[in-house]
Amino acid sequence: MSTSSVLYDHPGPRARIRNTVLSVIFGVAVLALLYWLYRKFDQAGQWEAWLWKPFADPKTWTQFVLPGLWATLKAASVGMLLSLAFGIVFAVGRLSNHWWISVPAGAVVEFFRAVPLLLMIFFVFYGLPWVLKQPVSAFWAVVIGLTLYNGSVLAEAFRAGIRSVPGGQSEAAYAIGMRKTQVMQLILIPQAARAMLPIIVSQLVVLLKDTALGYIVAYPELLQRGVNDLAANYGNIIPAAMVIAVIYIVINSLLTAFAGWLDRRSRMRAFRVPKQTAPAGAADSTPEGGATVSEPQG
Amino acid sequence: MRMKRMAAVVAVAGLAVAMAACGGDSDEGGNGAGGVVGKAESQKKLIIGVKADQPGLGLQTGSQYEGFDIEIGKIIAKGLGVEESGIEWKTTVSANREPFIEQGTVDLVVATYTINDERKQKINFAGPYYVAGQDLLVKTDSTLTGPDQLAGKTVCSVSGSTPAKRITENHPDAKLEQFDSYSKCLPLLENGQVDAVTTDDIILAGYAAQDQYAGKFKVVGSTFSDEPYGIGLKKDDTAGCEKINEILKAAATDGSYKAAWDATLGKSGTPAPELDTTKLTHCGAV
Amino acid sequence: MHVFTDPKNFDAYVSGFLWILKLTGASAACALVLGVLLAAMRVSPVPVLRGFGAGWVNIFRNTPLTLVIFFCYFGLYSTLGLSLSQELDLNRYWLGVIGLSTYTAAFVCEAIRSGINTVPTGQAEAARAIGLSFAQTLRIVVLPQAARSVIAPFGSILIALCKNATIVGTIGLMESSNVMKDLINSYGNAVIPIFLVFAGTFAALLIPTGYFFGWLANKLAVKR
Repeated sequence: MSTSSVLYDHPGPRARIRNTVLSVIFGVAVLALLYWLYRKFDQAGQWEAWLWKPFADPKTWTQFVLPGLWATLKAASVGMLLSLAFGIVFAVGRLSNHWWISVPAGAVVEFFRAVPLLLMIFFVFYGLPWVLKQPVSAFWAVVIGLTLYNGSVLAEAFRAGIRSVPGGQSEAAYAIGMRKTQVMQLILIPQAARAMLPIIVSQLVVLLKDTALGYIVAYPELLQRGVNDLAANYGNIIPAAMVIAVIYIVINSLLTAFAGWLDRRSRMRAFRVPKQTAPAGAADSTPEGGATVSEPQG
Repeated sequence: MRMKRMAAVVAVAGLAVAMAACGGDSDEGGNGAGGVVGKAESQKKLIIGVKADQPGLGLQTGSQYEGFDIEIGKIIAKGLGVEESGIEWKTTVSANREPFIEQGTVDLVVATYTINDERKQKINFAGPYYVAGQDLLVKTDSTLTGPDQLAGKTVCSVSGSTPAKRITENHPDAKLEQFDSYSKCLPLLENGQVDAVTTDDIILAGYAAQDQYAGKFKVVGSTFSDEPYGIGLKKDDTAGCEKINEILKAAATDGSYKAAWDATLGKSGTPAPELDTTKLTHCGAV
Repeated sequence: MHVFTDPKNFDAYVSGFLWILKLTGASAACALVLGVLLAAMRVSPVPVLRGFGAGWVNIFRNTPLTLVIFFCYFGLYSTLGLSLSQELDLNRYWLGVIGLSTYTAAFVCEAIRSGINTVPTGQAEAARAIGLSFAQTLRIVVLPQAARSVIAPFGSILIALCKNATIVGTIGLMESSNVMKDLINSYGNAVIPIFLVFAGTFAALLIPTGYFFGWLANKLAVKR
């Protein structure tokens, strides 16, 4: 919002003409590219009616797309709750004064942030049953994988949030006789959670997208049902992928818009983490600038 | 107020974990000493692993599965005294069939599952209920007639599958494109990026017969292997294996095997094969 | 550990990680260039450029990477016939690089944009007041400071990119996730050591990278 208006002056007549010319040239180039793509797909016969007809059939929606969407949302929502819990527990653990809590908590968080989710889900599904002596369902493989990874990222976000609460606040709390747990519960976490809310929500978008990795353990989520299985029935892999992509984009845009709304709302409320508060010299792997911590995992 | 909300989140998360634990429990049991026969008798339930993307054999159409493998699964379940409603179908892909059996994720696998020695070391096989052979699926106008012409050509198959291994071992001069399912090979064949798709003839025939590919592909028709399809189950479950072989023997004579064929792969007009009951496995017994 | 003493398996393990590193390297370079261009578009005075940048970011940030790479393979290559190499592996590799770069560029763009946001508005206003143009304001005043504050997010993006490279396995490249899958298939009883070796290699590569970027960001942070 603010950036674009601050970096340049209100355009005068010449700038306006120049902008219009640039707009037209670039716009035409983009349209030409899109048309070229359209033509190429047309030549490849991808707009033929039989490829798209399955989407006019309610069966496609009730038996493939919607069950897939439901499975995706189910895994994502359970994963979200568990990652939040995991994130809070490990953020607090890592900030503990006892080294025998903070060091293992830190190691866990660093490890799970470094292992690709694909490997993680695969291991939970194929490897964990050897340890547990009982099978792990595809659903739980996906949810556990998502929780370990996103929970670790959230733990780092929470930790940054907790540390960004001005030190005077906890000092004041101790001064009026609160104990450590009380300070954490009543003073630090509530403020950190609110300040980090936009980052939390954008990490949840990442989590939702990551459910697509469930294909590796044949979890019947949106990508598996809507693209792979649907295409096995109707042979329309490209149209199916296009429709499913639109569904993902719509859902995630809604979530992102929600994050933006939360951000604006919390800006208007009183407390906000001051920017550029990364304490100098702290051995912190992720000092927050104003930039987002959410990581673009697949 | 804020704390209450926070507590609620944690509580819900805890509840989810608890539900997870319960969900896990229900899968337990039945994998004990009784094997498949015991589980079928005590629980009247079976989990059968099948393919979800192979038309004619095991294809998931919405919430249902259909195909020859599915029909065979139903015959076996019936023979073990399990109603059709007691069967839970579970999608497997080529690469996860052994782990599924070993870990008890499924009780049986009926999923175009070739009996071979390597797999016999990990699991037990009943059957075979059908003998397929590796073949090539090509475009209708292709001049390929057999595997010996594959040099320099690109072939598509599924990673970890027997056909893919056979190509790398016996025809190293062919280029191999690999995915996790055969259905991904078909658009490549249609668009000309691969010259052939290779797997068992019966699977290829199922794809060739699909409406959207009608007239576009043909199966070459010179099989270069024997692929006896078995029913996979746990390695120590000899009793279950013998029982399933008996069920198959009965199915060969009472017409249910033929009915299963006619309802699925037989639709294209191919007559039902004879089920050669003399070739059934010895269930790990020497 | 007998799995990795077999030279065949060890070679597969090494080549799997080499693919990951090559994918990461090429995609990081492409994504950086593309991301800077997109960010410049997003803050430019030309509405169509802004719209294009925003559209790119919204589409690619909200689509699962699996689907993006899927499109590169089945759309660009299979349907449109865009073949990047006669060699099957190299073809998959370059299609993977295209997918990873287009996807990652969206995140690079957003990191730069929020980096620009951290530069106090007064500075841009002052720059304009002394008569600098848009390009000059951006180049001389804003970007040098923004660059310092995007180091930490860039570190996160690079680490995520390296992990995301495993997703190129969907289109058949034998990178480390596929190698691990194959090994687990053949040595079912050694599943835990196999996983620990692969996960450990990623951790050994990425945890130090994370600390390095953290250190760099602290060292270069604009002190205000």
